[in-house]
Amino acid sequence: MKQLSPATRARYFRRQLVDRLMGGLCMLAAGIGLALLGLILWMLFSKGLGGLSLSVFTNSMAQPGAGGGLANAIVGSIIQVGLGAMIGAPLGMMVGVYLSEVGKESKFASVVRFVNDILLSAPSVLIGLFVYQIAVEPFGGFSGFAGAISLALIAMPIVARTTEDILRLVPQAYRDGAVALGSRENEVVRKVVLPAAFGGILTGVLLAVARIAGETAPLLFTSLGNTNWSTDMTQPMASLPIAIYRYAGSAYDEWVSLAWTGAMLITVGVLLLNILSRFSHAAVAGKTGG
Amino acid sequence: MDAPSVVHAAAPPASTRIALQGINAFYGEKRALFDVNLEIPDNAVTAFIGASGCGKSTLLRCLNRMNDTIPGARVEGRILMDGTDINGADIDPVQVRTRIGMVFQKPNPFPMSIYENIAYGPRTHKLVSTKADLDELVESSLRRAALWDEVKDRLGKPGLGLSGGQQQRLVIARALAVSPAVILMDEPCSALDPIATAHIEALIDQLRKHTCIVIVTHSMAQAARVSQITAFFHMGKLIESGSTDQIFTMPKVEQTQDYITGRFG
Repeated sequence: MKQLSPATRARYFRRQLVDRLMGGLCMLAAGIGLALLGLILWMLFSKGLGGLSLSVFTNSMAQPGAGGGLANAIVGSIIQVGLGAMIGAPLGMMVGVYLSEVGKESKFASVVRFVNDILLSAPSVLIGLFVYQIAVEPFGGFSGFAGAISLALIAMPIVARTTEDILRLVPQAYRDGAVALGSRENEVVRKVVLPAAFGGILTGVLLAVARIAGETAPLLFTSLGNTNWSTDMTQPMASLPIAIYRYAGSAYDEWVSLAWTGAMLITVGVLLLNILSRFSHAAVAGKTGG
Repeated sequence: MDAPSVVHAAAPPASTRIALQGINAFYGEKRALFDVNLEIPDNAVTAFIGASGCGKSTLLRCLNRMNDTIPGARVEGRILMDGTDINGADIDPVQVRTRIGMVFQKPNPFPMSIYENIAYGPRTHKLVSTKADLDELVESSLRRAALWDEVKDRLGKPGLGLSGGQQQRLVIARALAVSPAVILMDEPCSALDPIATAHIEALIDQLRKHTCIVIVTHSMAQAARVSQITAFFHMGKLIESGSTDQIFTMPKVEQTQDYITGRFG
C-alpha cells in the first residue's frame, strides 16, 4: 500500500477524532435524558409505592387520619378524560381528514392548519380560563362537564395534527386506485385511506389521552376538584392531577404520600397507554401488511 | 375463440370504442397535448409509445378523467366513448371511471386482504347482493386475471404480501371485477421482472378478446408483442398511428422510424 503523506494522515486522524467526539456527545446527551427519566421513575416509585394500598382505590379523599384514598379522584379522572377524548378525538380526526383529504393546500385549509398549531401550543391554563368563561360562569358553577370540555380542547388539536400527518403518509397510489375504480371522494377516504391509517390514528388518540390525563391547569378553573365522591357531571368533580396538586403542598405526611401515589398511578397509566399505542400500531400494521 | 385478425391501417377498425377529436391538455400554463385525433378500436390492444414527457400518459389519464384530480389540469376537445362525450356537462366522472378501469405503473393493491381488494369495486357499486354472488365474482375475476390458482388458499391474506407480478395481476383482477369496457394500463410492467412481465403480457392478450385495452409502454418490444395498434407521440403531438405491424416495419414518418430504431428519445 502506498504511504500516505503526512498532511493526508493528519487530516485522516482529525476526521476520525471529530467523528468519535460527535458520537460521544450524542451518547452523552441520550444518557443524560435516560438517566433523568430513570431518576424520576425511581423517585416516583420509591415514594409512591409506600402509600399504595387497597384503600387508595376504595376510599374517597378524607381528612388526615381518616383513612382516605383517591377513589373519587381516580374515577373523576377516568370520567373527565374519557368524555374529553370522546368529544375531542372525533372532532380532531375530522379536522385532520379535512386538512389532508379535502382542503389540502387551499387558503382555508392553511388558515385552519395555522390556527390548529396555535391551539396545539396554547398554554393549557389559557384553555382552562376560556372554558371557565363559556362553560362555568354561564352555568353558575364548576362542573365535570366543563372539565371534560377543557380536556377535549387540548386533545382535539393533537389528534387533528397526528391524523393529518398519518393520512399524508398513506400512499397516493391507494387514492388513485380507488378513484380509478369509480369511488367518490368520501368513499376513497372512508373505505381506503382511513382504514390504511387506522393504526396510526389510534396511536395519536391514545397519546392525546395520555397527554390530557396529566393536565392540571385547565381543570383548576373548570371542574375545580372535589373531596367527596361524586359522579354528577354538573357538580365539581375530583381528578388525580388536582388531588396531587392539593395534597403535595399540604402539611400532612399522609396527604403528601397519597400525592406521590397518585402521581405514580398517572405515570403508570400513561406508560400503559403508550405501550398499548405501540402495540395497536404494530397489530394493525401487521394485519394489513403495511 | 380465435384472436381477431390484426386490424390494418388501411381498413378502418371494425368498431371504434373511443374516438379522440382535437384533444389539447394543459397542466397550468404548460401545454401537454396538441390537437390529438385518434380512434381506439374495441377488442384490441392499442399501445401509446414515445419518449418520457411526450404526453402519452397524459392522454391515457384523459380517457378516464383522472386528470380531473390534478389541480390546474385542463382538457379540451371531445373524447367520445361509444358516441358519448365523456367530458360532457351531464356526465359524472365517477360513471366514466366505472366503465373504464385503470392499472398503474406500480402495483397498488389496497392494504386489505386479497378478497377485499377484489370485492372493493363490486361493493362500492353494489353490483352483487349476496355473499355467494360476491364470492363467485371474486373467483371469476381472479381466474380472468390468471391469479386464482396461486391465491385461492390465501384469499384472507394481505394483498401486499404477494410478489410484484402477482400484485399487478391482483389489481387487474380488481379492475375486472366491475366489468369495465375499457382497461387503461400505464406502463404496467415497468416495475416487474421479465417472468412477471411475460405473465402480464399473456394476460393482456387474453383480455383483449372481450375488452378494449390501451397500454402506455416504454418498451417498444412490448408494444410490438402485445398491441395491434400503435400510436407514436413526440412532444405532445401524435406523430403517427396505425397497425403495429405497419408502424414497426414501414413507418410513414421519419421521426417514428428514428424512435423505433433507437436513434433518438
